[in-house]
Amino acid sequence: MSETVLKVENVTMQFGGVIAVDNMNIVVNKGEIVSMIGPNGAGKTTAFNVITGVYAPSNGAVYFGGKKIVENYPQGKMKKLYKGENNGMYSHSIAPTPDKITQLGIARTFQNIRLFKSQTVFENILIAEHLRRTSNLFTATFHLNMAEEEKMRREADELLEILELSDVRNEMATSLPYGKQRRVEMARALATKPSLLLLDEPAAGMNPQETDELTAFIGRIRNDFGLTIFMIEHHMDLVMEISDRIYVLDFGKTIAEGIPEEIQNNPRVIEAYLGGAVDE
Amino acid sequence: MKKKRDLIIGLALIVVLLVVLRILEVNISPQSQWAMLLTVLKKGSIYALVAVSMNLLNGFTGLFSLGQAGFMMIGAYTYAIFTIPVDQREMVYMYYDGGIIQFALPAVLGIILAGIAAALFAFLIGIPVLRLKSDYLAIATLGFAEIMKALFQWDSLGPLTNGSNMLRSYPTPASASVIYPFVVSGICIAIIVMLINSTYGRAFKAIRDDEIAAEAMGINLAHHKRIAFTVSSFFAGISGALLAMFQTNVQAKSFNSAMTYEILLIVVIGGIGSVTGSVISSFLFIACSEWLLRFLDEQHVIGDFTVPLLRSGFRKVVFSIIIMVIVLFFRQGIMGTREFSISGIIDKITGKSRKAKREGGNS
Repeated sequence: MSETVLKVENVTMQFGGVIAVDNMNIVVNKGEIVSMIGPNGAGKTTAFNVITGVYAPSNGAVYFGGKKIVENYPQGKMKKLYKGENNGMYSHSIAPTPDKITQLGIARTFQNIRLFKSQTVFENILIAEHLRRTSNLFTATFHLNMAEEEKMRREADELLEILELSDVRNEMATSLPYGKQRRVEMARALATKPSLLLLDEPAAGMNPQETDELTAFIGRIRNDFGLTIFMIEHHMDLVMEISDRIYVLDFGKTIAEGIPEEIQNNPRVIEAYLGGAVDE
Repeated sequence: MKKKRDLIIGLALIVVLLVVLRILEVNISPQSQWAMLLTVLKKGSIYALVAVSMNLLNGFTGLFSLGQAGFMMIGAYTYAIFTIPVDQREMVYMYYDGGIIQFALPAVLGIILAGIAAALFAFLIGIPVLRLKSDYLAIATLGFAEIMKALFQWDSLGPLTNGSNMLRSYPTPASASVIYPFVVSGICIAIIVMLINSTYGRAFKAIRDDEIAAEAMGINLAHHKRIAFTVSSFFAGISGALLAMFQTNVQAKSFNSAMTYEILLIVVIGGIGSVTGSVISSFLFIACSEWLLRFLDEQHVIGDFTVPLLRSGFRKVVFSIIIMVIVLFFRQGIMGTREFSISGIIDKITGKSRKAKREGGNS
């Protein structure tokens, strides 16, 4: 059970003089559902953006499946500005672009849904198949790869079938109700065949019934696809119900970590939530 | 089965079109008032190609580039430089001792080389400029086109480009027959459409819709933008070669920014993101500007009454007004992002349900 999938090591993200993520250490093991909670502006999405290569961290490293995928140290302007810890611990810079991270097997969804708006649900899913192409520009243009093209379409259709989205296959993705759009976005992330799925507030804007459905859905895809899930979420019902472990962030710092029961009774967590704006 | 049916109908229509063109060509004498129709068809088909190539960038990849005239110029010059017959070179390059190139390629090779040259320039210029977004990219590509224009007129490059003098006397099959530009443009547009319908085309559309999401789907932005830019320029180069044939002479100063705006106008009128829209609107635009709206530039006197406003240049004013009306009220253009397809029309005639049609269009 304890095979580590994702390890965030001493990651600090500083924008100018502001530390958004302060010396973050996170471990996600295979098959787990791990949640990250915290008040608004605690640095949760920033942490996701560091893991997925949108930002290079100011300092620290990220490991995926035992392999170092991101590393950086304060350099350039940041050299003088850097206020975080562990300065000097890292000396390399590995800064892959987000597409490289996706190709390694980390898929993500976004806080504000980012579906391809001019395209149907099916086309949205189909785009994810592009990263496994073996055809080049020439063979793809002249349709010399019909077998691969058909395989792409078949796989996309199979995924829609499994996720019970076949009925909206030909609808425009953005014309769907909000809950369905979330589900399509997750389906699209799954179509990249990830081993780790990062969900950024999957239940944002959902009503209690949709949230319940989502809870079941997340549990199901974890089991069906053999996934490890790391998510940011504000809905405490959802978080407490499906998380194996929880990290709590406040002002960029990890203030607590543990199983849901521990977190619920942790005085620092209660203070952070009651002291700041409660976002539920 | 349905695909096969569409293919057969499509091929049949192409044959009919070519036959009709041939008949027109044979029967319209250069002196008749319909002679302008042939000019419109030739120039329209050339502009259709460059408009579609621009649409591949602006409409399908979401890269707002204004360098199309520059790439056309590179194509036109490449074609002209390499196809002028050896015995004509002494005369064409009269100020530069016959130029440095002393061989001539056949026209077809010249066209392909024109595309390759434009693509090569695009690849190199793409490395720095494709990092830019939206308007900044437009400014950078427009600047590039202007720089190229100046460079090609530079006296030191005279032995190659003939400086600011015109290049001529090269083979001009696209000017001689209306079939030629139609076939070349048709093949090129077909290739662009095939590219758009391939997995790469889907990646382009993903980048257009949402760069961040596309990147999260494992699409390498830099790589795909470079492909779109290079391919688009390749075809712009080919249309430049065709234009060189059509005009029978090439001069750098004619490839000015106004030309880029004309192409942009065609794309906008046709619908950003619609290939068929671009094709239809190129013919419309060329027909209007070369033929149907020419009367606006001339003074007309009816009886004793002189029609006001009509004078040289008034056509441009009317065009400007048309642009404003389109941008304000018909932002979608003629076709929006829809495509005009044979199967779509047949389905409409036979009255199939909308849903079935949509499925047919996708699979």
